[in-house]
Amino acid sequence: MLRWLIGGGREPQGLAEKSSVQTIGEEQIQNPYTELLVLKGHQDIVRFLVQIDDYRFASAGDDGIIFLWNAQTGEKLSELHGHTHKITAIAPFSSSDVTEEKTDLIITASADRTVIVWDCTSGRQVQKVSCFHSTVKCLTVLQRLNVWLSGGSDLCVWNRKLDLLCKTSHLTDAGISGLVELPKNCVAAAAGKELIIFRLSASNNGSEGWNILEIKRLIDHQDNISSLVSVNDLTFVTGSHVGELIVWDALDWTKQASECNFWDSSVHPDVQPEIKLSQSPHETSVQHLTSDEECVFAAVGKGIYVYNLQMKRVIACQRTAHDSSVLHIEKLPNRQLISCSEDGSVRIWELREKQQLPAEPVPTGFFSMWGFGRANKQANQAAKKMQENTPVYFLELVGDLIGHSSAVQMFLYFGELGLATCSADHLIILWKDGERESSLRSLTLFKKLAQNGDLQLKL
Amino acid sequence: MISAPDVVAFTREEELEDDLYREPPLPEEYSVPLFPFSGQGANPWAKVAGSKFTRDFILISEFSEQVGPQPLLTIPDDAKVSGTFDLNYFSLRIMSVDYQASFVGHPPGSAYPKLNFVEDSKVVLGDSKEGAFAYVHHLTLYDLEARGFVRPFCMAYISADEHKIMQQFQELSTEFSKASECLKTGNRKAFANELEKKLKDLDYTRTVLHNETEQQKKANDKGYYTTQAIEKANELASVEKSIIEHQDLLRQIRSYPYRKLKDSEFHPYEPECALDRADVGSNQDPTASDPTEPGETHLYTHVPSYTPKLIKAKSAKCFDKKLKTLEELCDVYFFTQTLDQLHHIERTFRGDVCYLLTEQISRALLKQQSVTNFLFEDVSFLDEKPPEKQYRGCQGLGQDAIDEKCSEESLAPKVVISLGSYKSSVECVPIKMEQEMEDPEEPKMSESVMSEHQENLDYLDADIKGSISSGESIEVLGTEKSGSGLTKSESQASLPVTPSPQAGRSKVGSRRTVSEDSIEVLSTCPSESLIPEDFKASYPSAINEEPYVDDDEGGLRFTPRLTPGVEDGQDDVSKQESLVQVDAACCIGKESPNFLEPLPELGQKPCEEDGVVRIPPQPYRPAEQGLRGGFPSHDGLSGGLLPYELDSRYLTGSREVSKGSLDECSDSTSYISSAASTCSDRTPSPAHLGCAAGDRHRKRAGQNALRFIRQYPFAHPAIYSLLSGRTLVVLGEDEAMVKKLVTALSIFVPNCGAYAKPVKHWVTSALHLVDFQKWKLIGLQRAVSPGGVNVLHALSRYSRYLSILDADSKTLRCPLYKGTVVARLADHRTQIKRGSTYYMHVQSILTQLCSKAFLFAFCHHLHLPISEREPEQSVVNRRMNFLKLQLGLANEDIKIVQYLAELLKLHYIQEPGQGGNPLLRFDYVPSFLYKI
Repeated sequence: MLRWLIGGGREPQGLAEKSSVQTIGEEQIQNPYTELLVLKGHQDIVRFLVQIDDYRFASAGDDGIIFLWNAQTGEKLSELHGHTHKITAIAPFSSSDVTEEKTDLIITASADRTVIVWDCTSGRQVQKVSCFHSTVKCLTVLQRLNVWLSGGSDLCVWNRKLDLLCKTSHLTDAGISGLVELPKNCVAAAAGKELIIFRLSASNNGSEGWNILEIKRLIDHQDNISSLVSVNDLTFVTGSHVGELIVWDALDWTKQASECNFWDSSVHPDVQPEIKLSQSPHETSVQHLTSDEECVFAAVGKGIYVYNLQMKRVIACQRTAHDSSVLHIEKLPNRQLISCSEDGSVRIWELREKQQLPAEPVPTGFFSMWGFGRANKQANQAAKKMQENTPVYFLELVGDLIGHSSAVQMFLYFGELGLATCSADHLIILWKDGERESSLRSLTLFKKLAQNGDLQLKL
Repeated sequence: MISAPDVVAFTREEELEDDLYREPPLPEEYSVPLFPFSGQGANPWAKVAGSKFTRDFILISEFSEQVGPQPLLTIPDDAKVSGTFDLNYFSLRIMSVDYQASFVGHPPGSAYPKLNFVEDSKVVLGDSKEGAFAYVHHLTLYDLEARGFVRPFCMAYISADEHKIMQQFQELSTEFSKASECLKTGNRKAFANELEKKLKDLDYTRTVLHNETEQQKKANDKGYYTTQAIEKANELASVEKSIIEHQDLLRQIRSYPYRKLKDSEFHPYEPECALDRADVGSNQDPTASDPTEPGETHLYTHVPSYTPKLIKAKSAKCFDKKLKTLEELCDVYFFTQTLDQLHHIERTFRGDVCYLLTEQISRALLKQQSVTNFLFEDVSFLDEKPPEKQYRGCQGLGQDAIDEKCSEESLAPKVVISLGSYKSSVECVPIKMEQEMEDPEEPKMSESVMSEHQENLDYLDADIKGSISSGESIEVLGTEKSGSGLTKSESQASLPVTPSPQAGRSKVGSRRTVSEDSIEVLSTCPSESLIPEDFKASYPSAINEEPYVDDDEGGLRFTPRLTPGVEDGQDDVSKQESLVQVDAACCIGKESPNFLEPLPELGQKPCEEDGVVRIPPQPYRPAEQGLRGGFPSHDGLSGGLLPYELDSRYLTGSREVSKGSLDECSDSTSYISSAASTCSDRTPSPAHLGCAAGDRHRKRAGQNALRFIRQYPFAHPAIYSLLSGRTLVVLGEDEAMVKKLVTALSIFVPNCGAYAKPVKHWVTSALHLVDFQKWKLIGLQRAVSPGGVNVLHALSRYSRYLSILDADSKTLRCPLYKGTVVARLADHRTQIKRGSTYYMHVQSILTQLCSKAFLFAFCHHLHLPISEREPEQSVVNRRMNFLKLQLGLANEDIKIVQYLAELLKLHYIQEPGQGGNPLLRFDYVPSFLYKI
């Protein structure tokens, strides 16, 4: 296509021929997103999207502004100003106190070393804390205990009213990059290469008092821990910068399994040569982890890997799922997986069970006649390659969303309402199912007609 | 022998077609007799060929107190336009029918001269010998040096087509009122300035005189006054009296209610006042004036420094002095504004009356299509405040309030006209109508006014008698003054008011046939704001009197209006008619009319209370009556105006004519009838009133589009892309070429809302997603620079949202199109030659699409389940069936209608205040590369 444009008149040659990245043609039957809304407002990279309730979400980024949006209409609900530097962490904190009515709060931390609690309904700043010695890099809400934690160079525990309940001593210079809640009032904090387990315990002398105790330091990772996720009450998973994936027991904090050779081509004998070219740590870094009950999905470098907890091995992978690093992945309820990447695209994958089709070799000449036939071929090839490795599953590309002109930082899946993606191009895009939107509009239309009394035929 | 194909190859296309058309001669018995005047380019609607001027023009004349009636200027200011037409003679005519009393002076019981704020009078006048008919708008301007301080002027719109004048009376009246208002505002300002100067002079003179008197007193101590001293004292006294008089005049002129001109352009510095805007053109109550009105005072107080002069006791009288020119009389700024307005009028009313009327009708209809009209119409002109709005405002005082009674009330004047026509005398002309204005229901109130009129009439009578005795007989066909007061006037009372107009009409006919008058005043209307709504409907009848003297058909037009019951019946008929019409136009015969939106009927009663169906704009009423009456009488002797049901016929007509016309491809202003015909319709009619530029643009776009569909075999998929909402990027190096293509294609782009068309003619930077949301047609520069590569990268990245037309290599990359609609829209073998015609063709097909989209979007059962348990799938099936079977759409055409329907939905559900987020809808469909 590009060559056709530049060359002016030559038949478009498939981009996929040269690149190993799987592509899908323009015909995407399974891709439901046929309508989009561009939400403008941010002045800088948008890094975080967080869901507030069924229809609202907040976005935040390097411009220090937090926007609240209506996911259905794309309407900007409010604009929260208060931070002077970029936002480093954001967490929703919905309280369900019996005494009060439900209020939706969000907590934001910024590089200006403040944390602000906002009321989403009124769009006002509830309280601001600015007693931090370092930037708060992560925020976690422990709904059960009705407290929230902030992690920077130390770990602080706060209650709803923003009283500092307790804090640890200075931990590391690098600071805590990630927090995950574990059973028995424990939390796991990733600080550099170490994984530190803390336990919160009610103090003896006061009703509101809490103590935080460091219980254990796990130093199994070779490099900085880049992501951690809790799978269920029994397990949590961490991934490091050099591509190690460790499955931990959430109760006794022992290593259940580890996988550290995702990227190693020797594991997969018939790996495509392109991958070997540069094995920089960046390419093997575990950027993001997500999980369902059975599997952990890891975004490693440009690829996506599906690790089965039962089988304790990678059951499916897409080594070059994107042209560039995958930044965020999410598992959808319908066996689909969405990934977004620095290359500015969002891709929808489906985890399929391998059908033992007689893989008929198709002459490439046939496909190159039709620009859109190539995707199938690629899929077939990918499937064929995994045959020897006996994965029962494979990831098939069912659609891609192209809209952002720069890295897609994160996305938020809203179920029926669609998908919100945020990007370094300062935009948020709401992707929607066109069919559904159309029928919703019809519904609104007839409601409005009835309201106006226009439904009756005037004679 | 040369074979036939060779010959064909060398003939021009047009000639070939001409031959083809001429070739098979019809047998004599089948052939239709030719229109007697059908020469090359002859206009079948041209009725009067006797006029001496080539096209309509505007004449401004003055009744000069020194030389009598004289023409001042014409618009357009071109000697060719008026031709051999005797302007002096015609000025005399039009100035001699000025009914307004310009009484200024010392009224009995008042010590000071009094300014009369005279309403303009509006008269329609015909001169059958000259073949000229005119709308004449009389106005008076104030001049301190003039006799009685007034200078009578008139502006006349002169046309060879009396129907045009009559049909467009309302519009002309509105527009001329604006011009007149402008002149008068400037004049008041200038007059006030003049008065101030005069006062300063007088003041100075008084001081001088006073000093002299004092000196004389001192000089002579004899104890008695010399004659000289007495003279001086008298002089002083007279100066003082003069000062008081002038101060009073100044007070009067300042207290004149400040008339807000509707077009704020006249007063850019003046604060807007929405309420008063409606008062334009209507008479105002001088008693309600507010001397401290900010605008007015501001206007008048701005006086440059002035050194007073001594005034001689007796100034030279009359004839040796030079009268001020019109420009001096009313301030240069206002004068130019007025000229602009008059030029605007000239442009607006250019062309044949049927063209104007069709345009007005379609505009009125379009305006009522509030749900769909934004798609392909130029919304700006729909939004532009139409003249009738003002009338509504004025009439609102009476009409909206009276409601039920208004129809009965308004019957009276109509009878009056027809009766007044054979009475052949001048009716009383009201000067001040304020009271009536306020209380149309209470005729008693106007009696005092009436008596005043009576007084004034004496003057007039004398005047007119004078003109009659001078050998010119004037027949006044109608003089209206609306309101029920008129019926009670003495002159009327003396006649039996027959409710049947037919009786009156026949009398009129007989009377008129024997008359040899050369000047016929067809109607006068002192204050258009007082014309009742229904009255306007009678203009056509007034026109048609002569042709329809024995024609019952014509008479029937009246009768239904006389009784409200019948009127209802007629409305129903008209409603049905319009329903049927539109139905047919939609090409949806099968569709149950229940799905049709309640169509806004033209002939709706004004009083009807209705949320959706708005009262039709009334100036179109004459037209619409013609529309109604036109059908039955069309076969008969009508000869008259009218193929209102134009559309296809008109298109073919113009196509035929265009074949003969010389330059097909030029964008220049060659028009249908430019070749011949002495009639007024020689000049082009703007497609839309007052926007000739838009018309030209449209024509050029149509012409370019025509060329595009002929040149590019892949025009269909390109147009399909535009109609289905897929952004089309025209890529090229040459800006002019790209822009031309964009212009050509822009006529196919549906609007997304009530904004400008989503068309961007020229972009040089890389495109982003946001651009595709905003623009549906983009001209893009292909550059060789590194930046250019970025541009192309962006294109390839977003290729799924785009169709790309490469203007340089003549390729198109876009989805496949297999439908039929676009084939009709853009047939490369089309016979249409002219841009404007093709534009109309496109509009008509797009309108059909719109109506389909409307049906699709607003059919309840197509989108929502009928019963609660109905599965979604069956609704989907029903929807598809409807599109395929009921709307007869095939393949990709469905997508077009779906897209348009989606736009309609969005437009409808959008809250008025909100701008709404622009959506980008797209499909995942493969694209193909088309080459020439």
